[in-house]
Amino acid sequence: MQDDVLLAVNNLTVRFDVSAPALKRLITRSPRRFVHAVEDVSFTVPRRSVFALVGESGCGKSTLARAVVGVERPTSGHVSLAGRRVSGFTTRAAERTWRSDVQMIFQDPQSSLNPRWRVGRSVAEPLRTHRMVAGRAEAVERVGALLEAVGLSSEDARRFPHQFSGGQRQRIAIARALSTRPALVVCDEPTSALDVSVQAQILNLMRRLQREFGLTYLLITHNFAVVAHMADHVGVMYLGRLVEQGPADVLLADPKHPYTRLLLDTVPDPARRGRAREPMKGEAPSPINPPVGCAFQQRCPLATARCAHERPVLRSAGRTAVACHAFEERRLPPWRTSIQPDLQSAEGSR
Amino acid sequence: MSPALSVNGLTVTLGRHQAAPKVIDDLSFDVGPGEILGMVGESGAGKSLTGQAILGLLDPPLHMAGGRIEVAGERIDGLSETAMRSWRGRRIGAVFQDPMTSLNPLLTIGRQLTETIRTHLPMNAASARERAIRLLSEVGVPAPEERMGAYPHMLSGGMRQRVVLALAFACDPMLVIADEPTTALDVSIQAQIVGLLRRMCRERGASVMLITHDMGVIAECADRVAVLYGGRLAEIGPADTLLREPAHPYTQGLMASIPDMRRRVDMLPQIPGSMPRVGGAPSGCAFHPRCSRATARCRAERPDLVGHGSCLAACWMPGDPSGFRPEATHAG
Repeated sequence: MQDDVLLAVNNLTVRFDVSAPALKRLITRSPRRFVHAVEDVSFTVPRRSVFALVGESGCGKSTLARAVVGVERPTSGHVSLAGRRVSGFTTRAAERTWRSDVQMIFQDPQSSLNPRWRVGRSVAEPLRTHRMVAGRAEAVERVGALLEAVGLSSEDARRFPHQFSGGQRQRIAIARALSTRPALVVCDEPTSALDVSVQAQILNLMRRLQREFGLTYLLITHNFAVVAHMADHVGVMYLGRLVEQGPADVLLADPKHPYTRLLLDTVPDPARRGRAREPMKGEAPSPINPPVGCAFQQRCPLATARCAHERPVLRSAGRTAVACHAFEERRLPPWRTSIQPDLQSAEGSR
Repeated sequence: MSPALSVNGLTVTLGRHQAAPKVIDDLSFDVGPGEILGMVGESGAGKSLTGQAILGLLDPPLHMAGGRIEVAGERIDGLSETAMRSWRGRRIGAVFQDPMTSLNPLLTIGRQLTETIRTHLPMNAASARERAIRLLSEVGVPAPEERMGAYPHMLSGGMRQRVVLALAFACDPMLVIADEPTTALDVSIQAQIVGLLRRMCRERGASVMLITHDMGVIAECADRVAVLYGGRLAEIGPADTLLREPAHPYTQGLMASIPDMRRRVDMLPQIPGSMPRVGGAPSGCAFHPRCSRATARCRAERPDLVGHGSCLAACWMPGDPSGFRPEATHAG
């Protein structure tokens, strides 16, 4: 399984030019400005596994997802899927094969489905685009089967999106994503807009479909409870960079980056009632002028002078990798032991 | 001492005619002085509408068809818009999900604060400004004096929500209605705002009705919890008991469907189906089509709130699901 890598992201960097117009720059002598959305990110996702990218808004996780599906062009680095590089296809056919191999599910199914189209048409659209069905009858049949696979009925194809609840609309979006039989499904906050009861239904559905269709998920989320439930591997992003990554069970049981620890500490938890959450101070700095040194230094309780001028690089730390000077210098206090997630025991059942 | 908020038999309908569907149906609850009441439920359960009804902000065709709303013993439903306006902002503060909709993008935050203060309190410009600056520093806005001149767009989402909290608490209200105040924020910022809300409530002795769908937020700061389902109370009680040993099967299902970070399961327990639409409420208990314990009685008769330990639950068979045997029907 280790060798069977489906998605490989190599030194991916995505920057957006937000400079003023050239003439104004010349007059005011202001330099060009770039949003450093994703900086030098590398990771691999084995086939049939779930890789979760976690971080706060503005950390670049959605840009990374867009680069993976080919909507955003990398400034440098590259993404490859099953050994083939994304971008720079020589033929339309090659591009089309790749496109049908990657599909995406978005946070808000309301805005990802055309309100004027019947659901059947939306679900069938990728099939027509990729010429995967011969005629109308076959399309109707495939759409019906897809809707049934996500727990709706084939008659629902004739209805409009507004006739469904939020959870049902997300099921429709999933059916459409599965229509081209993709290998990789990129899920950008798939349950953030849903109630917990509906979230449980969608997460269970995603897991069942993963088994049935042999799917690989790249899951973008800020919800650690969802990560703990779904992910095999986790990457934590802060201001465009991966600050920690590794197998979910190891990383969640013993997080080594101060940011990961603070994030885990701020997760509201109904089981730990009355606990005073230690709120993380401050906010993330602007990705336009990222600070020199470690991006997390202003909010970090362990920051030193070294953190202010030298950026830590992602280094192996046992089974995980972490980018932190405090960890390297062995200044990191031990992680709380009393409430360690008991993930290892359940790992065998998967 | 009368409760800060007392809602009695609140009924909100969609339209004014006799057979108009009920969106909120005979809802009653109190919020004690200095208490934080968490109100939870799925979207469409009527929790935001309850807040709007209390604030007198129901938009037609929504219509308050019955019930009594009292704040500190004074009846406020049926007041004229002018009278209501002096209640809102003065004795009832409000915090909404999106701070950008509560703040005027064209006015500086200092202007918005001083305007609110001077509308409701007899103060001159200088002392209103002083009070505004003090409020900003209390809610943790750094360099408050400089920020008085800032426009909302110049602030981050978390800072904006702090300003909205300052506005809500500006005139020392006795009741604050907070509708999903943390939903639009990142988790790290969310923790800051929840902590701030709790601190402001404690320090200023205000009562808070906290509307949210996030059980984690409720667990962290609510004293009591009310669970809404289909416009009715499913369960209400002290947060400690209700979250630990929920009596209503709906609350039990909600709590079970939250992924647990400490224990990984293959499939999450889920409540099948979805909440009935407005006007499509089933007979008997509104939850019976989704309830694994439903019996003939649940399908025919609507349960009222009955005491179960320290909680009240609207269920014919409240209590521990593991101790329940489907064959054994109710005794009464």
